[in-house]
Amino acid sequence: MRLSRRAQALLRGVVGLGLAFIYVPLIVIGIYAFNSSKILKWPPPGLTLDWFSKAFESESAREALLTSIEVGLIATAIALLLGTLAAMAVARHRFFGRETISFLVILPIALPGIVTGVALSNTFTQVLGIPLSLLTVVVGHATFCIVVIYNNVVARLRRTSGSFEEASADLGADTWQTFRFVTFPSMKTALAAGALLAFALSFDEIIVTTFTIGAGEETLPIWIFRNLFRPKELPIVDAVAVIVILISIVPVYLAHRLSREEGGVAAGKGAGAVETEATAVP
Amino acid sequence: MTTEAVAVKRPAGRRLAGLFHGRPGLQVGTLLAGPSAWLVVLYLGSLAVLLITAFWTVNSLSGEVVKGFSLENFESLVNEPVYREIVWRTVRTAVLVTLTDAVIAFPIAFYMAKVATRRGRAILVIAVLMPLWSSYLVKVLSWRTMLSEDGVINWALNPLGLHGPGYGLTAVWLVMSYLWLPYMILPIYAGLERIPDSLISASEDLGAKPFTTFRRVILPLAFPAVVAGSIFTFSLTLGDFITVRLVSNSQFIGTVIASSITNDLPFAAALALVPIVVMIAYLSVARKLGAFEHV
Repeated sequence: MRLSRRAQALLRGVVGLGLAFIYVPLIVIGIYAFNSSKILKWPPPGLTLDWFSKAFESESAREALLTSIEVGLIATAIALLLGTLAAMAVARHRFFGRETISFLVILPIALPGIVTGVALSNTFTQVLGIPLSLLTVVVGHATFCIVVIYNNVVARLRRTSGSFEEASADLGADTWQTFRFVTFPSMKTALAAGALLAFALSFDEIIVTTFTIGAGEETLPIWIFRNLFRPKELPIVDAVAVIVILISIVPVYLAHRLSREEGGVAAGKGAGAVETEATAVP
Repeated sequence: MTTEAVAVKRPAGRRLAGLFHGRPGLQVGTLLAGPSAWLVVLYLGSLAVLLITAFWTVNSLSGEVVKGFSLENFESLVNEPVYREIVWRTVRTAVLVTLTDAVIAFPIAFYMAKVATRRGRAILVIAVLMPLWSSYLVKVLSWRTMLSEDGVINWALNPLGLHGPGYGLTAVWLVMSYLWLPYMILPIYAGLERIPDSLISASEDLGAKPFTTFRRVILPLAFPAVVAGSIFTFSLTLGDFITVRLVSNSQFIGTVIASSITNDLPFAAALALVPIVVMIAYLSVARKLGAFEHV
């Protein structure tokens, strides 16, 4: 669009301010992680690396980290399977209720997390008689992770023509062979990108987790939340926070690279498409 | 050799695969069995149970859940001014946060989609994307320290003779606008990117001033994308309780659900229906406005 120099400069200024707004809090927490004082006064009197070594020594934080990784991996595996199946049905077939399926997949993230959390926890404890545990957390996470995989795979399948699969069938391949040698290779990177995002989403989640986790267990976000109110632990929490940011950003960056290589564009979470012409964000 | 004999010699896996050949109905059924068992039976089923639970009560003496039928929870929701005020406060904040994010997000998305160079665009997409995915809780924690009495905000404002908002409703509005901003930027960016440059050129060639082009061409075409983004900013605000607890003493729908779930599950269930109803209404309007293509 043709804009006057002044308009362009103004727009740049707004974008700069917007980016500052987005990044300042992340930078501030980053600095606090090196704060040499236990009191959170700005500016910090000096810098230290102590909190990081204390964070690594903290057994409860380490355990929470492992729990988070475990939950994230299992939830991602379930979401990979269910999301891919649903995506293949919706992108490659026409059937009654097709719109409903795509709506249902989005619903767990279109509704507030607290609704999903309360509903699942209620069903587990009141109807099924299953005590809350890590397993129930995994079920909750998998439910809202499905959409991330689904969106990535649907976007990919829409961009690759179904005629390849027809050609494969015409040449005598059976359904499994067609999937193994034609469909799967074409959506491999979409699956990888989706899986990375699903993991990041699960790793970071706290609201559904709060309602579905057993009494004695902690994921890393829950650990942070519980220690937040203990002033003594707060600097360690800041150090853990920085570690968490790094762990969750790496998969997102990789996912973005993966889907860009295949020509996809933007990306977000929520409805979580990384890929897209058709399905941008959340 | 008859075809039957050939069929017998084929390994079981291939025979199974052959079964699907030319039977699209069976293919769809098999593909959807797992996902629909999970999403329909488990997820929708749980929402249905939640609806039923809202009619249960708690025995005030034993504290046990009474699985009967009573409108008690709904009556207290409607009749007690406290709850009306809480619902209203939550919805009002959700509207404010959504409007704030739309206003901040639009110029950023516009610059990304229509003004920046290819390279600049790629960098900006990553710059917006990364914080979207970096830990929610960490970001709230950072705001909590920034807003505190000795925090960055007061430190920066003091020389100007000003004082930051501290903890409270303003803080909730500010932090939530911050948290959900990328959810708004990305759909608007994708929506704007889909508007062909030729349309904008045509408007300019026909003599429209930049502002007219913006108002008559760009805004109407991008509006569904704004609505798509607003689904997330609105829904996320409606259900949040962590941010509310960390930067204010206010009660929101989420905080009341979270604190009543252990001792009054049926009431928590009834209250959880409020965001569901609000979101269903919101989603149906959003759908009419064509937002779903942008989600």
